[in-house]
Amino acid sequence: MMSRIFMFLGLSSAMLFAAGALEGEVEQQALNISAIVMFLLFVGGTLGITYWAAKRTKTAKDFYTAGGGITGFQNGMAIAGDYMSAASFLGISGLVYLKGYDGLIYSIGFLVGWPIILFLIAEQLRNLGKYTFADVASYRLRQTPIRILAASGSIATVILYLIAQMVGSGKLIQLLFGLQYEIAVVLVGVLMILYVTFGGMLATTWVQIIKAFLLLSGATFMAIAVMAHYDFSFGALFATATEMKGIEIMSPGGLVSDPISAISLAVALMFGTAGLPHILMRFFTVGDAKEARKSVFYATGFIGYFYILTFIIGFGAIVMVFKNPEYLDLAKQAIDGGSPILGGNNMAAIHLSHAVGGDLFLGFISAVAFATILAVVSGLTLAGASAISHDLYASVIMKGKADGMKEMRISKIATVVLGIIAIIMGIMFEKQNIAFVVGLAFAIAASANFPILFLSMYWKKLTTRGAVIGGSLGLATAVILVILGPIVWVDILGNAEAIFPYKYPALFSVTVAFAGIWFFSITDKSDDAKREQEAYEAQFIRSQTGIGAEGAVDH
Amino acid sequence: MDKEVVERVKNDPNFKRLVSERSKFAWRLTIAILVVYFTFILTIAFSPGSLGAPMSEDTVTSIGIPVGIAIIIFAFILTGIYVRRANSEFDDLTAKIKENVRGR
Repeated sequence: MMSRIFMFLGLSSAMLFAAGALEGEVEQQALNISAIVMFLLFVGGTLGITYWAAKRTKTAKDFYTAGGGITGFQNGMAIAGDYMSAASFLGISGLVYLKGYDGLIYSIGFLVGWPIILFLIAEQLRNLGKYTFADVASYRLRQTPIRILAASGSIATVILYLIAQMVGSGKLIQLLFGLQYEIAVVLVGVLMILYVTFGGMLATTWVQIIKAFLLLSGATFMAIAVMAHYDFSFGALFATATEMKGIEIMSPGGLVSDPISAISLAVALMFGTAGLPHILMRFFTVGDAKEARKSVFYATGFIGYFYILTFIIGFGAIVMVFKNPEYLDLAKQAIDGGSPILGGNNMAAIHLSHAVGGDLFLGFISAVAFATILAVVSGLTLAGASAISHDLYASVIMKGKADGMKEMRISKIATVVLGIIAIIMGIMFEKQNIAFVVGLAFAIAASANFPILFLSMYWKKLTTRGAVIGGSLGLATAVILVILGPIVWVDILGNAEAIFPYKYPALFSVTVAFAGIWFFSITDKSDDAKREQEAYEAQFIRSQTGIGAEGAVDH
Repeated sequence: MDKEVVERVKNDPNFKRLVSERSKFAWRLTIAILVVYFTFILTIAFSPGSLGAPMSEDTVTSIGIPVGIAIIIFAFILTGIYVRRANSEFDDLTAKIKENVRGR
């Protein structure tokens, strides 16, 4: 199967290459037009899918999980799509461009969470849950407090992530399409609201699959084009790159300087991935545990392949974009010296697309980058809206007696509200330093969402009190340590020295969460606690076998 | 899930086998990836030079590059190994357990 995919990707890249070769006669200003035309094609196509999906989205189950009919392969592609955001495409290739080997260290950290999700979480999640990961966490615990905590963790993660995506999208679109920042942000927000409210999970999933396919094809083409310049010899590519940037790009640099930071970053990336609500939600879109497992297998393959491509792309940018007068930011050079590229280091992949494929291919990659943002914000918003409608409205306010249609309506209203919040935040944060937000989102996911989810599946003695107090402590510790850490305390607030010396708080906040949950569970001697511990056995059987699971056939 | 089903599954030798085999397997693979990853990250923290050393005298390519790519491939292969066994052996056991419940 994998070899078929790679062949297919290779084939479509060959087609793109042919298209790229035609572009020789196109004038320079055709750049924006080709990008806009390709982007409009994408929007037209995806709105068509949304129309198709809307006709198939009739119940709450359809809305949240695409009816549970997504296959493992499709879901793997969609998960990979969620993970391959514009931030990881442009950010990681930009990091490789800037620092060489450090970019690879970063990618590996993002990848190794996936096998662990497969081995310990994926099928259990599928067997126990219905629409959100809070279904699993609250399975045998008291609904109201656990749902409120899980929903807060989800909404916080989603909003932080949305801010990062919206600000990134505004700037990117401004740069690539020449659109005004505010217009770009509003455009993203409105399209995302359309996809999610009308097409629900089905449209969101297909938008994500199409984008993942386009992004992988485009990145494959770029990597092949770079390697073709060096007769497919990595040695030759690296030799030229080190001549330009020095031998240090071949070895680990300053990304992880001391062991505590190294371990803390690793903990954040691994456990954070396993606590991202929009990713966890994808496991409910497949039919059973078998498909859930396959999803992770395919997702890991696509993501790993993508990271290898971004590594080649980053080095390709070093040899083809760095010091290339065409991409040099002269204004910036006049002030700061060096050889800055237009739009900053994160534009390395974008400039490379122009260097290898001309204006037409630049247009394609720009359109794909825009599509990537749209697809990722849609998935995020759907996860946030589900936390509001399914966890807060249906489970907390209506005590599980909500009418399915009403719940779906609340979910759509929540989508519109989240979309508007995302637009406002995107505009508010335009000039802010938002370097901390994705780190904070991962820290919260790792310190609040993940410990509760994991212990509810594997630890019999977990009680509501333990989960609520420990989870809240983890959440608070993550937020406080990020504020007191070097990124916010020094870089943003302008203090001389950080109170908390590490950039990544996860090692500490995750430890606090686990210790808190443990302590406040074992000291909980209430009757409720006893009942919750007794209910573990039945939950364990369902999590292991899927007997009684949503959508499973066992009668 | 009613009490009778719980009792029936709990005492099913297939269930015991499924749980012990799968958890052993899943934890082993988890430990494998953790050991590989933390060895990598701690090598970077304590001795960055060892990964930065060139692979041979006539190249600039550092040892860290094939090592890094190998970890990515290793992670993918591990997921493949798990899915292969889980989708055959473990699912067969699960099917037997479900049959036993149905045949009550």
